[in-house]
Amino acid sequence: MSSEEARHLLFQSPMATKSCMSSQVSDDEQRKRENIRSLTMSGHVGFESLPDQLVNRSIQQGFCFNILCVGETGIGKSTLIDTLFNTNFEDHESSHFCPHVRLKAQTYELQESNVRLKLTIVNTVGFGDQINKEESYQPIVDYIDAQFEAYLQEELKIKRSLFNYHDSRVHACLYFISPTGHSLKTLDLLAMKSLDSKVNIIPVIAKADAISKTELQKFKIKLMSELVSNGVQIYQFPTDDETVAKINASMNGHLPFAVVGSMDEVKVGNKLVKARQYPWGVVQVENENHCDFVKLREMLICTNMEDLREQTHTRHYELYRRCKLEEMGFTDVGPENKPLSLQETYEAKRHEIYGERQRKEDEMKQMFVHRVKEKEAILKEAERELQAKFEHLKRVHQEERMKLEEKRRLLEEEIISFSKKKATSEIYQNQTFMGSNLKKDKDRKNPNFM
Amino acid sequence: MDPLRRSLSPCSSRPTSCEMLGYVGIEAVLDQLKIKAMKMGFEFNIMVVGQSGLGKSTMVNTLFKSKIWKSTPSGLALGPTPQTLQLHSMTHVIEEKGVKLKLTVTDTPGFGDQINNDKCWDPILGYINGQYEQYLQEEILITRQRHIPDTRVHCCVYFVPPTGHSLRPLDIEFLQRLCRTVNVVPVIARADSLTLEERENFRRTIQHNLRTHSIDVYPQQCFDEDVNDKILNCKIRDRIPFAVVGADREHMVNGRCVLGRKTKWGIIEVENMEHCEFPLLRDLLIRSHLQDLKDITHNVYYENYRVCRLNESHMLPQGPGWVNLDPTPASPPAIPGPSKGCRWAQDNPSEEY
Repeated sequence: MSSEEARHLLFQSPMATKSCMSSQVSDDEQRKRENIRSLTMSGHVGFESLPDQLVNRSIQQGFCFNILCVGETGIGKSTLIDTLFNTNFEDHESSHFCPHVRLKAQTYELQESNVRLKLTIVNTVGFGDQINKEESYQPIVDYIDAQFEAYLQEELKIKRSLFNYHDSRVHACLYFISPTGHSLKTLDLLAMKSLDSKVNIIPVIAKADAISKTELQKFKIKLMSELVSNGVQIYQFPTDDETVAKINASMNGHLPFAVVGSMDEVKVGNKLVKARQYPWGVVQVENENHCDFVKLREMLICTNMEDLREQTHTRHYELYRRCKLEEMGFTDVGPENKPLSLQETYEAKRHEIYGERQRKEDEMKQMFVHRVKEKEAILKEAERELQAKFEHLKRVHQEERMKLEEKRRLLEEEIISFSKKKATSEIYQNQTFMGSNLKKDKDRKNPNFM
Repeated sequence: MDPLRRSLSPCSSRPTSCEMLGYVGIEAVLDQLKIKAMKMGFEFNIMVVGQSGLGKSTMVNTLFKSKIWKSTPSGLALGPTPQTLQLHSMTHVIEEKGVKLKLTVTDTPGFGDQINNDKCWDPILGYINGQYEQYLQEEILITRQRHIPDTRVHCCVYFVPPTGHSLRPLDIEFLQRLCRTVNVVPVIARADSLTLEERENFRRTIQHNLRTHSIDVYPQQCFDEDVNDKILNCKIRDRIPFAVVGADREHMVNGRCVLGRKTKWGIIEVENMEHCEFPLLRDLLIRSHLQDLKDITHNVYYENYRVCRLNESHMLPQGPGWVNLDPTPASPPAIPGPSKGCRWAQDNPSEEY
């Protein structure tokens, strides 16, 4: 009985009584010693609806899936993703002239019947285009680490909301191998080697319509042997659950999948199918004889999406977390082999770091004070000099002034004495003039007498 | 430049909605989930609290239709009642149609039996918090297990004695403290001693009491998200506390074999809705809300505990050079979106551990 039905029946007519089952209450006396006892029930309890309850909750929460596509520019990554999800995701062709490898992530919301999927596609832009390809795969590794880091940060927060968190960790990495027909390129090998411990790698042979069937077989064998001999761990489809073990095991033998992507429709027979049209024939995408596209879609989405997510969370993320925490100095076991809690180490570290910071702050403060004092001394010195100069100039000015005063006084005295002299000489002149005038008058008078 | 910043962060734009032109197969992920769940099995921890003689052990046996506990025969209660409250846990694995359930039942004999029942809830709260602590310790290890065993109490069933009047002070005290730490489902025990009208009156009184003392029992109103949840939970809230009768013996009634209690005046059928509300309790706990109980425990009560516990470290003695670090500012509460998993932790941590 599904939980939905159970909910409806809950408040309706009285429950139908169960038919009588031969009650065999198993006697567990002898197994009491074990902590966990297995019991058989004497009737129908109803918790078989538990998986349905779980599924209902997941439906309400929605699903999240992140795919990283690594491959050279123009190898068909965007087309394949479009074909996989049967949608036309908006994307422009990237140029071949990028100086560095960049990662571009876009999130889409898809819905199929009642399942909502938040799909994030991360594309590598400019992979394999540079002349010097040394730095090509480092940005990819950094991106993957950044997503793990973000999740770790969220998990370590005090007030966290993990159920709300948009999981951006990369769940699957589709590595596109170019269809040379010979072997793996060095760049591919190096890139996959550095990514295999961080993400589930699924190698695919892109543009598989460029290889013939026989060449393809040889190519696949060559690729797998190269991967194995170089110790690259690609994702193996899980074979531990009986329901999917058989199909997964057979698919494991077909790796790497040779795929062709196309959203163009071509009329074949009387149906429109997705295909690529060539003058010599039509390559149908969904035809198993032509390429492995259907297998890829089956494996990636229909059968193993949940397993990919689980592997990412329980293996890759845990590995990252462990390495990161150990790097920061946390251990589970302390110096005397006593279990150390994360708490104590964290506190100790925090003390240390803050002590360090405090010390640095004090140092800087002291240096600042010292410098200020120095500057002050210099300024004071300058001030004093200026003052001295001022005094000196003042004195000089005073002296000049006094000299000038002196000169003026002398000048004035001279003027006075001069004017005195002038006065006396005038008086003297007047007297003589008067005398001479009398004489002149007398003289004038005298001629008149004559 | 920080290498982590060189790469773009995801979701640089708002997620765009896309239409798929055909069948892709995304819904197969539901089957994958089911397979995974069936393989891993489920865990459920339930605690029953109530005075002795209220039929707790019988109720547990009836719920899971097995002899989980040997019900205490009435004649043998001659021994001295336990001086302190003890907690007994038993774990069983039961399987039905391929679904494995690891069930842990914790009983609390001695609750409310002493003369002085002051602080009788402390051992229980201690036990519940102890389980949270255990889970927290496992979670913060460096090398974690793949699947952390979940021993946290998902649901606490509280048995109210059928006085017919109202909740007693002990009940109120206990419920107040417990409803902040764990999901509490109160039930009226031994409801066969009450007539139908008495049951209704008792129920209304209890509901009134719960409201007056602001005791929030499961299903909590604040966690209702969409309309369907609200409608369903309102119906349940209307009938809480359920009046239940437990029985683990079978009798013949009208040619059918039913679980029930045989008395001189008739046979009380446990699974008959007209006789008692046991089916409601069973459906709530097992058939419809089990996952919900676990979710609320994990997302709300456990997170609350974790916040308190991690903040506690800020009250450690401060040495020289200590700088007080403020806890990270809380992000805005989750808008009740389309996911039932979206619960925001209530901001009222329990004061006592």
